[in-house]
Amino acid sequence: MTLDTNLKHIETGAALEELINSKENVMVCCGRMGPMCVPVYGAMEELENSGDYANVQFADMLFDIPEASIIRDLPECASFRGLPFTVYYKNGKVAKATTSIQSKDQVTSILSEIV
Amino acid sequence: MKSYDVIILGAGPAGLSAGIYLSRAKQSVLILDQGIVGGQVVLTHAVANYPGLPELSGYKLASEMKKQAIEFGCEVLANEKLLSFNFEGKEKFITTKSGEYQGRAVIIAVGGQPRKLGLESEMKFQGLGISYCATCDGDFFTDEDIVVVGGGNSALEEAVSLTKFAKTVTIIHQFDHFQGYIHAIKAAEENPKIKFLMESEIEEFTGKESLTGVTVRNIKDSSITNLDVTGAFIFIGYVPGSDAFKDCVSLSDRKEILTDEDMSTSRDGVFAAGDVRQKKFRQITTAVSDGTIAALAVMDYLNGPDPDKI
Repeated sequence: MTLDTNLKHIETGAALEELINSKENVMVCCGRMGPMCVPVYGAMEELENSGDYANVQFADMLFDIPEASIIRDLPECASFRGLPFTVYYKNGKVAKATTSIQSKDQVTSILSEIV
Repeated sequence: MKSYDVIILGAGPAGLSAGIYLSRAKQSVLILDQGIVGGQVVLTHAVANYPGLPELSGYKLASEMKKQAIEFGCEVLANEKLLSFNFEGKEKFITTKSGEYQGRAVIIAVGGQPRKLGLESEMKFQGLGISYCATCDGDFFTDEDIVVVGGGNSALEEAVSLTKFAKTVTIIHQFDHFQGYIHAIKAAEENPKIKFLMESEIEEFTGKESLTGVTVRNIKDSSITNLDVTGAFIFIGYVPGSDAFKDCVSLSDRKEILTDEDMSTSRDGVFAAGDVRQKKFRQITTAVSDGTIAALAVMDYLNGPDPDKI
């Protein structure tokens, strides 16, 4: 099962592992198709299409699939109580994680800091 | 400064429909949105009653509308914060974070957005206890005590829905009665997990890393109640995104933009379409209809006699 976005979908923990180990910068938004999540997917699609972050792989993951525990159970997300959980990976490690809605400006600011 | 025939503010179904019609009529069109493309329709899980299309998600429908608008020649810029505008003269000027734009006509189709309480502590705990979506975040509060703020249908129905997860749900409402349908009120009142704090409002959300409590003030006697809760769901309605335009066009008592049947506002060359304008029914199809009418009326306006020469 995947989210209904135009982003790359991650369906398994193995796929996520492979992605974060093969790409230097990865941003994964793990959520549902709700009002807090959709704006983040929209911002990601826009950043991806702009070409300004060609060195970042943007992806999403449905929060409700069992394999999403790879994100749900991250220590960086332990205090999170709102979807989506957005995780930024750098060289295979978590560089930053945010909870709930984020604006394009907030996402851009984090990407600029990390990338 | 970039010039266009028409600048459309808002990239929901109304704005995109107007853009499709205008660009297909060979007008240069810029569509600006302060958020993402699609408006509130992107939050609709399944759209089953859009004529001619099989059931699809609102997100996909909006993506297709955007694609169609761009294919016809519209320029679409999302997440563009509107900094200032001047619609007084014949030429309309708009400044956003990314630049300055000029148009011969403007269509305001900015829709609406969920109302927030506006407390400083509300922002701090967003995603850390405060939520605006029961379906999204309800299960984070399993067996916990939470509050729901609001007294309309959304608040009542979501409160009942949240009892599937939460130990108790306290509804906090500023009036002594609810504004919801009778059946929604009855369902909430008959639910043993739901308590009520009427004529009350939240003064502060408290906690360190995440929400652990709310301070509630009784509006009548100013008494304070502190509730130990880990979650707060806020459903206090939608507000039309007309505030920025209140000094430019006439608004209704409910802050909706007033238009005639051609979507013309009180300001020459400024039109409004979709949920931001005063109307009875708010559907994707009615927004599309508004956008279409606005586009055709704009064409008439642009092709009409020059008022300076009459």
